[in-house]
Amino acid sequence: MQMPDRLDDLYKDIILDHYRRPRNEGLIPDPDLQSTGFNPFCGDQVVLTISLDGDGRISKTGFEGEGCSISQASASMLTTHLCGQTIEEAEALVQTFKGVMQGDELTEEEEDALGDIVALQGVREFPIRIKCALLGWTTLQDAIADYRKAQDA
Amino acid sequence: MYDIAQVRKDFPILNRMVNNVPLVYLDNAATSQKPASVIAALVDYYEQYNANVHRGAHTLAMEATMAYEEAREKVAAFINAPSPENIVFVRNTTEAINLVAHTWAAERVGAGDRIVTTEMEHHSNLVPWQHVARTNDAELRLMAVGPDYTLDLSDLDELLSPSTRLVALTHMSNVLGTITPVKEITEAAHRVGARVLVDAAQSVPHMPVDVQEMGCDFMAFSGHKMAGPTGIGGLYISPDVIDEVEPFLRGGEMVLEVTYESATWNRPPMKFEAGTPNIADAIALGAAVDYLSGLGMEQVREHEIALTGYALERFHELEDVETYGPTDLSVRGGVVSFYMSGIHPHDISQVLDSFGVAIRAGHHCAMPLVRSKLHVPATARASFYLYNTEQEVDVLISALRQTMEYFGDADARQAR
Repeated sequence: MQMPDRLDDLYKDIILDHYRRPRNEGLIPDPDLQSTGFNPFCGDQVVLTISLDGDGRISKTGFEGEGCSISQASASMLTTHLCGQTIEEAEALVQTFKGVMQGDELTEEEEDALGDIVALQGVREFPIRIKCALLGWTTLQDAIADYRKAQDA
Repeated sequence: MYDIAQVRKDFPILNRMVNNVPLVYLDNAATSQKPASVIAALVDYYEQYNANVHRGAHTLAMEATMAYEEAREKVAAFINAPSPENIVFVRNTTEAINLVAHTWAAERVGAGDRIVTTEMEHHSNLVPWQHVARTNDAELRLMAVGPDYTLDLSDLDELLSPSTRLVALTHMSNVLGTITPVKEITEAAHRVGARVLVDAAQSVPHMPVDVQEMGCDFMAFSGHKMAGPTGIGGLYISPDVIDEVEPFLRGGEMVLEVTYESATWNRPPMKFEAGTPNIADAIALGAAVDYLSGLGMEQVREHEIALTGYALERFHELEDVETYGPTDLSVRGGVVSFYMSGIHPHDISQVLDSFGVAIRAGHHCAMPLVRSKLHVPATARASFYLYNTEQEVDVLISALRQTMEYFGDADARQAR
């Protein structure tokens, strides 16, 4: 019995590496933004916390979660890309990533912005797993929406 | 015992290749595959006698009506209901349970009354009762799952108080495979005047079920898990309780006489089947019942006991794999839920799919059981049916070994 090659497009080394050794694991105390995302289909869960610096840029991220390798690796990779970004920039990144998952071709700039996250492109070949890959990202969107609501209030 | 090679030829889909390897379909607790005779019954209806039932005197209408009612007779005989009028065609188990929740229970479970269910229910036999309890100010109590994965009956007498109106329980858990002592619980419930609803979605397809012997008041089941099509299922309502049940949906078919002001109800089962029913799928469910009866449900059960026993033996060869469910095969159906430390069930399912093996990953619509009792976020589940073989179990086990290698050895995984 041989492992089929197509699985390697899904489970790229960098994804398995983030799954085994998640970056920014653990929640930040008193975060400026936070949200919990849940995928009832397969029981994946991601809790995301974010701190902002005085200029409104993301200074620190932390997450905790439980779930499949794709959901957890994707969330881990997301957290490594947020530091130094404004909320608007983070939102743009989410849109770019969602586009990737929907099959959009990437511009060179977008590919640069995503960096190693591009490895998650292979998930597109497994449509049922796209929700897993998106979980951390939709959780970030929810956290931003809650933050804005609180600011407006 | 039936000839398994011959039986497999009856199911066209079992010839299919998935990812360039033969399909190994082990997701039967979710839905079963269909024999050619069931598929042919659907085609025959639409090609030869498609017409509405219970109205019109033309040939096609009469043929359709007769085939539809004949299907009801077959289903009634299959579960030994006293009469076909005790069988109501519904979409599935969920709709059957909701029918009882929205009619009988909504009217007969009052403030301070009690509904008893169990910790091993599918959401479809838990969420409707949460709703009734909330809207009627009633109390919802749970029978516990013991360490051997069977129901803990030690506090049954306490649970069954004089205020208990309904006991709603599964006949076979879709996660654990546990077969529950429905007859014993029904007798105890009846002693305090409570009615009993049985979720038989997992039992009717896999073992002989006799509603009169069981003694229950309601029993719900789905056609698609018993070699029949999707969109058709049954609700058995016992003669003792049928006059206590008001219509669920109101409209055509279910009435006797209608004025501009009011209406009177047709006799059961028509009283519960408003609107044009799912004629084609009911007829095909009749064909599925014929198929199962042809094999013999005793034989189906025997085959699945042997296969489950073999699968559990093979599973125990694997290190770092936890399986759930009773070890006594006499109280266990063909379901093996399992957990591999450090590999999420969704990933297991993905890798198995590349070997053509179809299993289920997740909480199996029993979220509280999986999370609070099994203490895992999700499980993987292999579930068997009358056409599965030991060779297919072997493919599963080999593919699981590959999965473990792929995701690294156990130590590396636990270090995460």
